[in-house]
Amino acid sequence: MTALDTSPTTPAPRRSLREIDARTRRRQLASTAMRVVLTAVMAVAVLPLLLILYVVIERGWSVISLQFFTEDTLPFRMEGGGFRQGFVGSFLIMLLAIPMAIIPGVATAVYLVEYGKGKKLAALVRFVTDVMTGVPSIFVGLFVYAAVVIGTIRLGFGTLAAAIAIAIVMLPIVVRSSEEMLKLVPDHLRSAALGLGARRWQTTVKVVLPAAAPGLATGSMLAVARGAGETAPLILTALGSFTTTWYLVGERQASLPQLIHQNAVQPFPPGIERAWGGALCLVAITLLFTVAARLVAARFGKRREGM
Amino acid sequence: MTPTTAPVHRPLRGPGRGRWTDPLFKALVTTSGVFVLFLLAFMIIRTTADAWPIFQKEGLGFFTGTEWEAGQQRDLPNIHGTYGAWPFIYGTLVTSAIALLIALPVSIAVALYITQLAHRRLRGWLTYAVETLAAVPSIVYGLWGLLFFLPVVLRPVMVKLADWFGGFFLFEGPVFGLSYFSAGVVLAIMILPIMTAIIREVFAVAPTAELHAAYGLGATQAEVIRKVLLPRSYSGIVGGAMLGLGRAIGETVAVAMLVGGSQRMGYSLFFAGDTMAAHIFNTFQDALPETVLGLMAIGVALFVFTFAINVLARLLVWRVGRNTRDAAV
Repeated sequence: MTALDTSPTTPAPRRSLREIDARTRRRQLASTAMRVVLTAVMAVAVLPLLLILYVVIERGWSVISLQFFTEDTLPFRMEGGGFRQGFVGSFLIMLLAIPMAIIPGVATAVYLVEYGKGKKLAALVRFVTDVMTGVPSIFVGLFVYAAVVIGTIRLGFGTLAAAIAIAIVMLPIVVRSSEEMLKLVPDHLRSAALGLGARRWQTTVKVVLPAAAPGLATGSMLAVARGAGETAPLILTALGSFTTTWYLVGERQASLPQLIHQNAVQPFPPGIERAWGGALCLVAITLLFTVAARLVAARFGKRREGM
Repeated sequence: MTPTTAPVHRPLRGPGRGRWTDPLFKALVTTSGVFVLFLLAFMIIRTTADAWPIFQKEGLGFFTGTEWEAGQQRDLPNIHGTYGAWPFIYGTLVTSAIALLIALPVSIAVALYITQLAHRRLRGWLTYAVETLAAVPSIVYGLWGLLFFLPVVLRPVMVKLADWFGGFFLFEGPVFGLSYFSAGVVLAIMILPIMTAIIREVFAVAPTAELHAAYGLGATQAEVIRKVLLPRSYSGIVGGAMLGLGRAIGETVAVAMLVGGSQRMGYSLFFAGDTMAAHIFNTFQDALPETVLGLMAIGVALFVFTFAINVLARLLVWRVGRNTRDAAV
């Protein structure tokens, strides 16, 4: 038998568990310090959003009037006038771009979810759309200029070319978000439909897509918000215009973001004021779409939990 | 009783064309999936083919040359100008580096705050606030940066920095305002949402059992984060940072308005310069046919950069798996 190193006759004084030694206090202090730092950084990170919204509303509000929506832009030096051609242009461009992006986008998502499980081709398509979300929009503009405006198709600058560029920017966003939404549709719905004798396409079109409809709407609205705010590809495809035009092909088209840019970079106060007004409208439009998308998503999420 | 199967049988089988609808539908959606592949391939081929004469003339000098002098003649197959894109490449690198240096720690902190510290009810609101930043159009960032943020907030900071560290070549004065630095800081705000979204997801998928085990052993919150959460999220954080970097490199309008659009290149952060995307944006409207080819070449180089970064980033984040509903950020 080996003897114990220390004799048990002199026990260490018993310490309360609540008693905190210096080391523990230091660790707690470090933790509190980290919490303070993280909270401070969080506050700083939210600040830009508040500043942007505040400044845009404060400076843009006075410009907004009926005239702002019903008149074309005047030269940068002159007071008054509006952004009518920009609103018309953006509206027409989005009107064409939305179906061009959403129809193939949702179809691709259907392919990925319903037919592509475990297939190499589907994995490649998924990867390419993922990478495409990161392609710079100015590059998309260059491509559309080379392929549609002057090159292969020769449409010239105008609404349709711009819409094609915006649709290409929106497409990967629609694909990725629609795919996530279709994945959320529970498999027993599909099994039930197939069990009742429906064909695959009937299952997809009449059961899966309606079940995912709010989710698809969410993704599409986010894509629209993104597309409506794009500026870079428009300068290479629509080129801009000082008067309102409703032509889809053959005439240069204006757009809201591009008008803001043109007015903002000139050193004339009336033009700059109009740019703030335009920015307020643009922020309102994109935020409206984003918030609406979130509301739809929230309701969709609630219903999903119940299913 | 003689069973007459025919009337029952026929409606079940339906008309013959029913058999074709399924393969047809499958072909349709497959085509649209493959179309995406062809679209990207066509984008690459078309622009590279257009820009090829420039690359052929300059060779590697396109990336290292410091002189960009677009040709003024209109006899297109011949290229007259000198195309050295290094000033723009430097601008792109330095602005996105500034953006990344600022945005990476901030986005990690914000993601940590949202996932670990925030009250459950606050969490949703903070997520909304950060993601709303992603919904603000780039042109609005440009306008706000140019006419509010730069004169009111950034310029004083830049003047101070130039006073303190002016001897170091990166902070050399004089300070004018429009510069790599101002573009970089606004870029940081712009890429913050996407990086936060990805990093937040990475933290969210970390197994709570491990975190709870660490707490159970008596670790403080700081220790759990530093020794359990961060190490296992490393590759996801790198992936998120690279996605943000890809965004920063490709960002156009806001940078074009803030970087100054000068072709004279200086290494100081406070000098006005130009980035690749901004140069395309600023020059396109008055470009001659030959200049457009030069811009196309910049575009192709820009695409190659962002493509490589995105592929790497996706491969890193791949394991984490993306489950945000918000594909826009």
